[in-house]
Amino acid sequence: MPLTGTPASRGFAQLLIRGLLAGLIAGLLAGAFAFTFGETHIDAAIAIEQAAAPPAAPGTAEEEPLVSRDGQKAGLVLATTLYGIAMGGILATAYALLRRRLHTRSDPRAVFFLAGSALVGVVLIPFLKYPPNPPAVGDPATIDQRTWSYLAALVLGLVAVWAAVVAARTQQAEWRRAAAGTTASLVVVAVAYLMLPSIDEVPATFPPSLLWDFRVVSLGVQAVLWTALGLTFGAFVTPRGTPASPARAEQTTAA
Amino acid sequence: MSDIQQAQPTAAPAITGRQLGTAAGVVAVMLLLAYLVAFDQGALSQSGMYLHELMHDGRHLLGVPCH
Ligand SMILES: [Zn+2]
Repeated sequence: MPLTGTPASRGFAQLLIRGLLAGLIAGLLAGAFAFTFGETHIDAAIAIEQAAAPPAAPGTAEEEPLVSRDGQKAGLVLATTLYGIAMGGILATAYALLRRRLHTRSDPRAVFFLAGSALVGVVLIPFLKYPPNPPAVGDPATIDQRTWSYLAALVLGLVAVWAAVVAARTQQAEWRRAAAGTTASLVVVAVAYLMLPSIDEVPATFPPSLLWDFRVVSLGVQAVLWTALGLTFGAFVTPRGTPASPARAEQTTAA
Repeated sequence: MSDIQQAQPTAAPAITGRQLGTAAGVVAVMLLLAYLVAFDQGALSQSGMYLHELMHDGRHLLGVPCH
């Protein structure tokens, strides 16, 4: 994108570059978290998967995998980084499009609101309906149906966040705004959870504690990603050289 | 607070109608990148299953249905 043009388009390009950079940083941090806390669980699940697989016929060599386990562990950081960059670009675009419609005077606070909405809408709400699974859990025959259900949960998560904002804005008092927003999103989530198909494919023999630990780490990876993305991009949009609050501005001029 | 557009003191650029196309294009490219990580099985990457296998652990730990 050329950096020339109208001030607004130049502004959008700069915003986008900052968003992509924030996404790169957040993706690397999420990758480091996933590598440190998640790989032991993936290894354990793959060991279970391989123990359950039928042994290779005698005489035939074990098929060499396309990517080694070490390669996949490096690829984990590549995956979170590319994903972080994509989310950073989307967050920056959403910020540019929605900033003036968010009722706050603080630019970083607008970013925190958007990143928090993403964490609830595209992470937490899909997570509670379709918790992530380690290798050895899940029937390969249903992968298409599970993928579409997951995407539907993600879209409905965003609808729930949007409904919360719309409902909150109908009220004046702070507590009524919170109550209206919470109620609206819970209604959307409840209806969505009832409509979406249930998936129950965990083998009875899979260790429950391993499943739980894997899911907690998986949620942690997304939490690290969106928290780091929100804080980094929030720092990038904080105007430099200007006082953070009007009150402090008065102090500065009075001094 | 009302829904009436207020003059917010913001450093964010005002996006004009013509820039909506650019913004939509940016979002499309970003979604394609996320698709490459989360769902692609070689159709987009043109690398066979190599990128898919490489990012296998990432898919699981990002919470995407994998296999
Ligand atoms: Zn997998």
